[in-house]
Amino acid sequence: MNNSKTAWFKTFYNQIRSLLTLSRGGKERFTEKLFLSISLLPVLLIVLLVVALWLRTQPILETQSIWSLLLGQTWHPIKSQFGFLPFIAGTMWVTIVAMVFAVPVCLLSAIYLSEYARASMRMIMKPLLDLLAAIPSVVYGVWGMLAIVPWVQNTFAPFMNKCFSYIPFFAVNNPTGFGIMAGGLVLAVMVAPFIIAITYEVLQAVPTGLRQASLAVGATQWETIKYIVMRQSLPGVIAGVVLGASRALGETMAVLMVVGNVAHMPTSIFDAAYPLPALIANNYGEMLTIPLYDAALMGAALILLLVVLVFNILSTLILRRIVRRSRR
Amino acid sequence: MKRRQVEEAIFKFIMVCSFLLVASSLGLILFTVIVKGLPSLNWAMLTQTPKGGYYLGKEGGILNAIVGSIYLAGGGTLLALLLGLPIALYLGVYSRKSRISDWVRLSLDVLWGVPSIVYGAFGFILMLAMGMRASLLGGIITLALLELPIMTRAMDEVIRMMPRDLEQASLALGATRMETAIHVVIRQTLPGIITAILLAFGRGIGDAASVLFTAGYTDRLPSGLLRPVASLPLAVFFQLGTPFPEVQQRAYSAALVLTFIVLIISLGSRWLSSRLSRFALK
Repeated sequence: MNNSKTAWFKTFYNQIRSLLTLSRGGKERFTEKLFLSISLLPVLLIVLLVVALWLRTQPILETQSIWSLLLGQTWHPIKSQFGFLPFIAGTMWVTIVAMVFAVPVCLLSAIYLSEYARASMRMIMKPLLDLLAAIPSVVYGVWGMLAIVPWVQNTFAPFMNKCFSYIPFFAVNNPTGFGIMAGGLVLAVMVAPFIIAITYEVLQAVPTGLRQASLAVGATQWETIKYIVMRQSLPGVIAGVVLGASRALGETMAVLMVVGNVAHMPTSIFDAAYPLPALIANNYGEMLTIPLYDAALMGAALILLLVVLVFNILSTLILRRIVRRSRR
Repeated sequence: MKRRQVEEAIFKFIMVCSFLLVASSLGLILFTVIVKGLPSLNWAMLTQTPKGGYYLGKEGGILNAIVGSIYLAGGGTLLALLLGLPIALYLGVYSRKSRISDWVRLSLDVLWGVPSIVYGAFGFILMLAMGMRASLLGGIITLALLELPIMTRAMDEVIRMMPRDLEQASLALGATRMETAIHVVIRQTLPGIITAILLAFGRGIGDAASVLFTAGYTDRLPSGLLRPVASLPLAVFFQLGTPFPEVQQRAYSAALVLTFIVLIISLGSRWLSSRLSRFALK
């Protein structure tokens, strides 16, 4: 035992020594190989993420079909009933509400910053967006509980109830303020710096020559934006919005704290919901005590991962093409 | 003619409003957290660990969470740096434009978008596979995975911005690529590299969903790599979950402490990189 240990140590020591005494060319070749193999880790990590989650989801896929899981509406872990539909619906509701608020505001801000704002304004913008992006999601959650939830409960929901209660979409059946609306608003603020930064980049990538040509034939600046800049940058803007949506999909803590966490199919934007990330985060404690529960939660993580992967790969490819074209 | 100008004026007004809305939301968040967090923030909270009955409103503080968070994020950042710097150098110096570096960049961009709860679940699977319990080490590994794409892509961008002349001058003098990387590229881009490290640290210290599974929680100060460790985001989250107003008050203070740390890091990295950029060749 001891002998083999020293032998192992000796080989290790010799390896290190031979490395140190390598010629410059030898070191160069060694580091190149080392750096290359480390660089392949991210690619490997994506594969590992999918495979590991898929393997852990296997037990539940053996007992139930994938469709009964995705489309099932009852969630009774003790009775081994795992229907993800309420959670998937909750995720989608919250994300869509967030994007409805975030997209117009972010787009207009980015256009303003890119086309109208002075250089000094842009200098302020960068640190401001960085700060907004740096705030931890738990702090967003605290802010949501302290500011957004009471506002929805006392101001926004009663107002909508008074004016639009005949539309089921806006009906207020939930008096607490914790719900899709609050979650969506908090998320909208969270993804804003992200969407603004990407859209700004995309707008900046539109060639100046195009703008000048449009202005030269007599278009106003707004007409140039409307007919030239926006049309040119549309794919990039869409890609940025999709990236923002995939951020929103996976956001956990902030949403968990304000969204109410009731497992049902929401029918109104003021209902409580239970998005997938919140489901995973809330139940990690008991997941090893109930059979198949851990497989179900890992399945939830797998669904999230796959959706986010698809969104991200597509939009990253689009964005990359745009930015590369402009750098040429 | 008139109509066109009116349309432009209206839209410009809406744009300024939406920009102000975004800007003011930052102010609003900071205002809320400070106003709610400041009253119950005191010295004992920052210098004591929770005593018996802390979660019922008795004495104690969140030192365990502050120290734990620094250990977690520090360890995670160090581990991410060990992997991230070689990757950034490989992408920037060894193989600027090749099929492999395209793939690596794409996968880093994609990993950047993977939700932290998914990293948490993956870290949990890793720990089960290795027979580990919730511990500092598990949290560090998970945070390193989370921080790796953020840090590496930030470094990659900086290295890519560096003038190629410098690199070529070094190579022309007969330096190998490794020597160029260490003596020229790293030195020249140091401000950017430090910004990237601090960016990743800030992201790591604020993340709750990934350490929820992997680091556990404890009322003691961190005592070893294989022991559970507390963290600030989870301290906020758990204290908010109690029904006692005094404890919830402390959650707001903990949130204030966390916000303060993150803001200091964000502003500090800006200051530091502007200080250091004096030493880079223009």
